[in-house]
Amino acid sequence: MPTVKAILDSMDYGPSPESEAHVNEWLARHKDGFHHFIGGAFVPSQGGSYFESLNPARDTPLGRVSAGSSEDIDAAVKAARLAFPAWSALAGHERARHLYALARHIQKRERFLSVLESLDNGKPIRESRDIDIPLVARHFYHHAGWAELLESEFERYQPVGVCGQIIPWNFPLLMLAWKVAPALAAGNTIVLKPAEFTPLTALAFAEICREVGLPDGVVNIVTGDGATGAALVAHADVDKIAFTGSTEVGRIIRKATAGSGKKISLELGGKSPFIVHEDADLDSAIEGVVDAIWFNQGQVCCAGSRLLVQEGIAPRFLAKLKRRMETMRIGDPLDKNVDMGAIVAPVQLQRIQALVAQGVEEGGTLWQSSCALPATGSFFPPSVFIDAEPSSTVADIEIFGPVAAVMTFRTPDEAVQIANHTRYGLAASVWSENINLALDTAARMKAGVVWINSTNLFDAAAGFGGYRESGFGREGGREGLYEYLNPDWETSLAEKSPTASNPLDTAPALTANSTLESGIDRTAKLYIGGKQTRPDSGYSYSVLGPHGHPLGEAGLGNRKDIRNAVEAAAKASGWSTATAHNRAQVLYYIAENFAVRRQEFTERLESFGISPEQAMAEVSKSIRRIFYYAAQVDKYDGRVHSTKSRHVTLAMNEPYGIMGLVCPDDAPLLAFISLVMPAIAMGNRTIVVPSSRYPLAATDFYQILDTSDLPGGVINLVTGNTDELAKTLADHDDVDALWYHGTQAGNALVEQASAGNLKPVWAKGGKALDWFDDRSAQGHDYLRHATQIKNIWIPYGE
Amino acid sequence: MKPTDATASASDHKTEQTSATGLESRALSVLPDGTRHHSRNPGTPLHRDWFDDIQVNLSASDRRAQNLTTRRSVKKEYQAAWLIKAIQCIDLTTLAGDDTEGRVHRLAMKARRPLRADVVEALGLSDQPPTVGAVCVYPAMVRPAVKALAGSGIPVASVATGFPAGLTPLPQRLAEIRYAVSEGAAEIDIVIHRAQVLTQDWNALYDEIAAMREACGDAHLKAILGTGDLKTLRNVYKASMVAMMAGADFIKTSTGKEEVNATLPVSLIMVRAVRDFGDKTGIEIGFKPAGGLKTSKEALAWLTLMNEELGRAWLEPQLFRIGASSMLADIERQLEHYVTGRYAALTHHALA
Repeated sequence: MPTVKAILDSMDYGPSPESEAHVNEWLARHKDGFHHFIGGAFVPSQGGSYFESLNPARDTPLGRVSAGSSEDIDAAVKAARLAFPAWSALAGHERARHLYALARHIQKRERFLSVLESLDNGKPIRESRDIDIPLVARHFYHHAGWAELLESEFERYQPVGVCGQIIPWNFPLLMLAWKVAPALAAGNTIVLKPAEFTPLTALAFAEICREVGLPDGVVNIVTGDGATGAALVAHADVDKIAFTGSTEVGRIIRKATAGSGKKISLELGGKSPFIVHEDADLDSAIEGVVDAIWFNQGQVCCAGSRLLVQEGIAPRFLAKLKRRMETMRIGDPLDKNVDMGAIVAPVQLQRIQALVAQGVEEGGTLWQSSCALPATGSFFPPSVFIDAEPSSTVADIEIFGPVAAVMTFRTPDEAVQIANHTRYGLAASVWSENINLALDTAARMKAGVVWINSTNLFDAAAGFGGYRESGFGREGGREGLYEYLNPDWETSLAEKSPTASNPLDTAPALTANSTLESGIDRTAKLYIGGKQTRPDSGYSYSVLGPHGHPLGEAGLGNRKDIRNAVEAAAKASGWSTATAHNRAQVLYYIAENFAVRRQEFTERLESFGISPEQAMAEVSKSIRRIFYYAAQVDKYDGRVHSTKSRHVTLAMNEPYGIMGLVCPDDAPLLAFISLVMPAIAMGNRTIVVPSSRYPLAATDFYQILDTSDLPGGVINLVTGNTDELAKTLADHDDVDALWYHGTQAGNALVEQASAGNLKPVWAKGGKALDWFDDRSAQGHDYLRHATQIKNIWIPYGE
Repeated sequence: MKPTDATASASDHKTEQTSATGLESRALSVLPDGTRHHSRNPGTPLHRDWFDDIQVNLSASDRRAQNLTTRRSVKKEYQAAWLIKAIQCIDLTTLAGDDTEGRVHRLAMKARRPLRADVVEALGLSDQPPTVGAVCVYPAMVRPAVKALAGSGIPVASVATGFPAGLTPLPQRLAEIRYAVSEGAAEIDIVIHRAQVLTQDWNALYDEIAAMREACGDAHLKAILGTGDLKTLRNVYKASMVAMMAGADFIKTSTGKEEVNATLPVSLIMVRAVRDFGDKTGIEIGFKPAGGLKTSKEALAWLTLMNEELGRAWLEPQLFRIGASSMLADIERQLEHYVTGRYAALTHHALA
């Protein structure tokens, strides 16, 4: 022990260890092994095997944890199913009381959970104590509120049912809270699989569930590895899968659940930009970097790992950054003076080391803090590649460690270009003291969360989630709750009456086209980029009436037509940034021109065998529906979330960009209108596959579009074989979202194919929808599925 | 006076001071390299481009200030040492209308022996008992303070220049400095003319401080910015930079009489200005938070700020002072607790 006099010389901080005595007692009590929490009791694994959970800072075992088998998963799902009717039938207030008790008890066990988390995960106690666990409690409080308000705020929504939840190891208990709190608030029961590396706080949470008297089976926790998670994903009686983790596993889950009818939400990887403009507060931006990439050892999905610095200030910025790196302290996570603890596991450390080595091999210049590292345990120093380029591996691949790649940009436009030039879209951080520049940059980010002059801010009242391959769905706030609710109309869809699939016949028809008697032959073409175009195939197929007589021909579109349509839609990006008023005007104009041709469309529908009354009703309804969405264009707006003081947290509804819309055969005009109008109202550009059986109502419609000031490329029509075209759309990496109203088999097909770029698919499992029913076929649910929410955090104050 | 003229006068003081009663007698012998000497700040010409485009973000600065205190902690013998260091950096202060010679004498005696002998002994510091950084008084109290501190090596600091508002005419303010120096003050805590900051009249601010620096002669100049009046962190940074260019040896937050005194965010911005000034000139400037600092916890917070943002050299009284009157009493109790393991009573420690 150094003397006071010696310390007066050195002025070292010395060790400041957080006691682990209480947690060690708890671990000792469980030295025989931890069991699954199923149906309100701790039960041993049916497979009987265990695995060790390790302390990554000391390479020592913490406890034996049950390895979940598919039998264990099955038992847990059964328990959740058994508990569901009573739990979902509870009054919101009753559920609120349970969630409130959970929040309270988490708070009372705050230090215990913090220490346990740091032991198991390796994160500094300062972070688990000041950030993770307080946010956990906050999340349960917030959602206790949603449980209370559910009946009034979410009328006509129902819980999804049994939710399977798979969480990562980087914020073990916080990710549990993000999953469990909204699920329970909405009336679901859950089976949760914690990460293999970090199962212990979830098991402590299970004890808290027991302590507060949560009804048996409402929360079930099964520990295990990827196989356990796969069993949960595969279980037939699970209604929803919520997953946070890698994009790679997200893809596997998307494919595994394709066509199963399971609702899914995915919160995946990122390579988030951290943009420093020349008018930023540089010292604050440096601290921002510390919080962006060295928070939680950089094992953060929204870590600011690409540092984009304006070229003129780059030397000063790097000098400051280098100096700051030298004051970082790495060591025992339980030491309160430690800024960075241990990497979660040796295998992760090896991955980081390999990627950094590759960065060096590619010629990158690596800077590392010279801070001392402990001799044992998985540690990695704060690191920066100072001269990365977009083509560098370290600037492209998610490293998931304390390693940033610095790139420079010349202009704000170039910053946006580099920032968005990624397959991911989780978060972005923008540093500028110029409000115009900061907000402009934020608006142009393709990311679910944008922090202005800040980074890694979280609050239960704000949604969190990604664009693009960072996943879909939000966690937190009102937007997060929808992931655990279904609108009642969606859960009560009727089975479609099976109709014989219609092989598209490209040979000349056997009988005369009856519609020719009264006029001149008409040619329905594809409609791409505002132009009527012939199908690439050079084929047309016969459109047959109810009795098999030919009504005309439609172009047989193929994958190249889809490709061309997507390119046309990409060019029409001005539609997404046009004012809401302008878009509304175009929609009204479409309705106006449509109304003039009411008679012609009625006759067209009659030719499909629809009765005159029904045909008139469909046309009238279509016109009203256009009016409805024209009205919504400037009214379906975002929110300001109540998060931190002196912060505006804007939840903005943004269009996905390019949407594929696959129409059903029923109500061939009204369904087409009901899908296209909300999508374009919100600013999307669309590629529409009209009913293959009755495409002519849609192809008639392009003449109306031509006369209604709709910019070319906003609505593109490709007729042909529904599922062949839908598959191409689902495959296409530049299509951002897909609505599918075809068959159950097609549903499975497109969900499978959508895994490529992880576009969200909104499909109906081959079920029929009453397109005349406003509650089912129009409204906020459509607008919500046509938009993704971007949360922009704007701190203010001078 | 034009800024360039002011620079000329400021540069008269370029030579290193070695006054026996000044800071240098308390040289940084405790530092491992043992070679550092704190030289006077000769000042620089007024470079507006050093601060004109400064950007300071309030929320981000608040966050850093908040994190600083939660990211570091000192325990046990380390805490004891850090608290001793805080004592060594305290400018033990009395600035009240009812100050008398007797009151100042009592304060001076406490400055000489800030800790009870048994506590000093238990800490193993009997051969080098700690004393405070300085005693800070009004000009009229300098003479009794110097007398009471004779032979102790503890410098007397005097506020001057129309403290606390600084709104008396410049000749009188300069005369006040010369008076305090002639009475034996080794350090002068001047107040700046806040209006010059609020109207962004940097030339005038620079000229006045440079003139005050000249009036100080050998005495070190601490420039009190009155940050509670300046309101914005941008103003704080700019005023800090101008004061340093004009030759201030220390920059100091507050008089203790403003509505808001020393805060961590304001201090953060000032020490960042100190760092930027050092990067440009190689000159090390001291920092002194003052006003409202009462607890050991605050002392540790500010020491941490200095260490993290500026480094080890700023943990010595040559570059760091805490202006306080009641903080010492709290530190004494903490140290007694460290020594005895029992919680201490205020009445068991001598009054300051």
